[in-house]
Amino acid sequence: MGHVRPTDEQFFRTMIRLRHVEKALSDLSASGQLRGSLHLCEGQEACPAGACAALEKEDYLTATYRGHGYVLAKGTSLDKLIAEVLGRSTGLCKGKGGKMHLFDQEFGVLGTNGIVGAGVGTACGAALASKLDGTNRVAMTVFGDGANNQGHLMECWNMAVLYKLPVIFFCENNLYSEMTPLSRSHGNINLSERARGFGLHTESVNGNDPHAVFEVVSKTADRARQGQGPTFIEAMTYRTTGHYQADSGTAYRTKEEVEDWRSRSPILLLKQRIGAIAEEIEAEELAIVQASVTKALSEPTPNPNQAMTEVFA
Amino acid sequence: MAATTDAPVALKKNYLTALKEALDEEMQRNSLMLCQGEDIGRLGGAFGVTDGLQAKYGEDRVVDMPISEAAIVGSAVGMALNGMTVMAEMQFIDFISCGFDQIVNMMATYHYRTAGEVNIPVVVRGPAGAYGGGALYHSQMNEAWFCNSPGLKVVCPSTPYDAKGMLKAALRDGNPVIFYEIKELYRKREIEEELPTEDYIVPLGKAAVRREGTDVTLVSYGQNVYHCLDAATELEKQGISAEVIDLRSLVPLDEETIFNSIAKTSRVIVVNEAPMTCGFAGEVVARITTKAFHLLDAPPSRVTRMDTPVPWVKPLELHVLPSVDKIVNEAVRLVKF
Ligand SMILES: Cc1ncc(C[n+]2csc(CCOP(=O)(O)OP(=O)(O)O)c2C)c(N)n1
Ligand SMILES: [Mg+2]
Repeated sequence: MGHVRPTDEQFFRTMIRLRHVEKALSDLSASGQLRGSLHLCEGQEACPAGACAALEKEDYLTATYRGHGYVLAKGTSLDKLIAEVLGRSTGLCKGKGGKMHLFDQEFGVLGTNGIVGAGVGTACGAALASKLDGTNRVAMTVFGDGANNQGHLMECWNMAVLYKLPVIFFCENNLYSEMTPLSRSHGNINLSERARGFGLHTESVNGNDPHAVFEVVSKTADRARQGQGPTFIEAMTYRTTGHYQADSGTAYRTKEEVEDWRSRSPILLLKQRIGAIAEEIEAEELAIVQASVTKALSEPTPNPNQAMTEVFA
Repeated sequence: MAATTDAPVALKKNYLTALKEALDEEMQRNSLMLCQGEDIGRLGGAFGVTDGLQAKYGEDRVVDMPISEAAIVGSAVGMALNGMTVMAEMQFIDFISCGFDQIVNMMATYHYRTAGEVNIPVVVRGPAGAYGGGALYHSQMNEAWFCNSPGLKVVCPSTPYDAKGMLKAALRDGNPVIFYEIKELYRKREIEEELPTEDYIVPLGKAAVRREGTDVTLVSYGQNVYHCLDAATELEKQGISAEVIDLRSLVPLDEETIFNSIAKTSRVIVVNEAPMTCGFAGEVVARITTKAFHLLDAPPSRVTRMDTPVPWVKPLELHVLPSVDKIVNEAVRLVKF
């Protein structure tokens, strides 16, 4: 089992596409063409790039409002994702779900969610189903450091350990939940230790290194497929922007701290490593993203009557 | 012409400032009061309702809580049992469902199950309502869940004056109160108003007549009050005189104000943002038909959100929600009935 680890260039391509998508969305938001809160993952791109490269197309994924990177890296069509965010009838959910609530069954994307921690139970259920139907799929659920304080997660951890579910609890520890640092919201800031208290196998990883993230997810996915049960992965990372577009991200963090992490941003690191080709890739990806946005903007929004359909099966 | 008196220029205040003043003043007068919620302290709340309170009252009385809604509302009950008054903030009222059991099974019932021995002075408040592109989980009006849980009071102010006076009343009430704030109104310029400088409360359980009329009564609360007022303006052009009632408080409900109005108009539409089935508008209609049937010349009617979740994209969102047009059309239909 296991995938071939992507090259630096391939990882760079995935991450720069995501960066361009986010830049395009934040521009649309700033110009009033995109309503509501927008949560960017700038600085955290190595997590989706590394983790999803280690999963099979059929494997399941749930993630957060900050999770469009995972959805893209999982294989979902860029056009359909952009169309959904922009509320077009050609979008993943025909404009009903929107940017926080993406879904793409074809690639095992069982949903990103606007409620903190909401997709964790979903992933456990998918893992249990996979165990029962023998398809050997793994379910990965992504959540933040802050989500660890939701009772729902703790119930799920126990269930996963009890039934040795093939589930990966992928915690993006970016040190803050909204504007609150870990030390002001967690009695024990060692999240892996907390998870071990539930009997979970744990792994810690540098979440700014896509290769390291890839390796650890590959390893734990294999483990899960072999019936050895769930893993809690703590990926250390940092969002170099605010929590959402209305937050500058600087009121509760020092400039030095942000700059320090910025200098270790996964995109920057890989860019330095791969050299001149980076600009070529960047330009190619920018063109792809721009074309996708232009296409989506030209597509129709759904007919209002669609609002009343699909409430029931 | 330049001002010739020394009278201070009266300051108009928005809905959000009114709420903040209520919390500040109640914290000041009640040393046993505490506020808790996510990012309410240092940050001052996601929308800024608690801005400045932690600096003023300290971290022990304005407590930043983890993302643990069940603990936020559950522990409020324990504090209340020890004589404290608690304001528990839900960052969005949608997330109240994460603490649902503690509210409906514990908070709501303690006074009853102890045969009145203890009070639970807890206000669970948070931003609510749609029309802003919040999609499924940042747009709800889920008040009906709590109206159906005896022991809870449920209120929803629509003006700065009421926001302040009702929040103060709720904090002094002695019962658990679920307090719906309308986030689209927080900073709405058009509704800013001067607030009294002296202490005041707006008693829970009293509706307000926002506009008098004789042909049809529009009963509403929260954001929809403004839709009703706009509809009344529109209806006036068509020769129909609409009376607009702002319920303000759902539990307890001021039936008298509603019935008095229907005695004049004999026609009524209840407007709310929650889905129709088992929504609060249905309760109002039921009370009217059972207790004031003889006053009616047309069947009471509802304009509510359709029975769907709140969809993301604007044309769908607006389609499922009450609008001025929908209210006007329904009023015209009723008047012709
Ligand atoms: C149940 C619930 N409570 C509160 C919120 C508001 N909220 C949205 S994101 C967030 C912070 C989450 O922090 P973390 O889990 O660390 O993820 P991050 O945003 O850092 O990626 C909060 C409190 C919510 N969406 N759902
Ligand atoms: Mg975080």
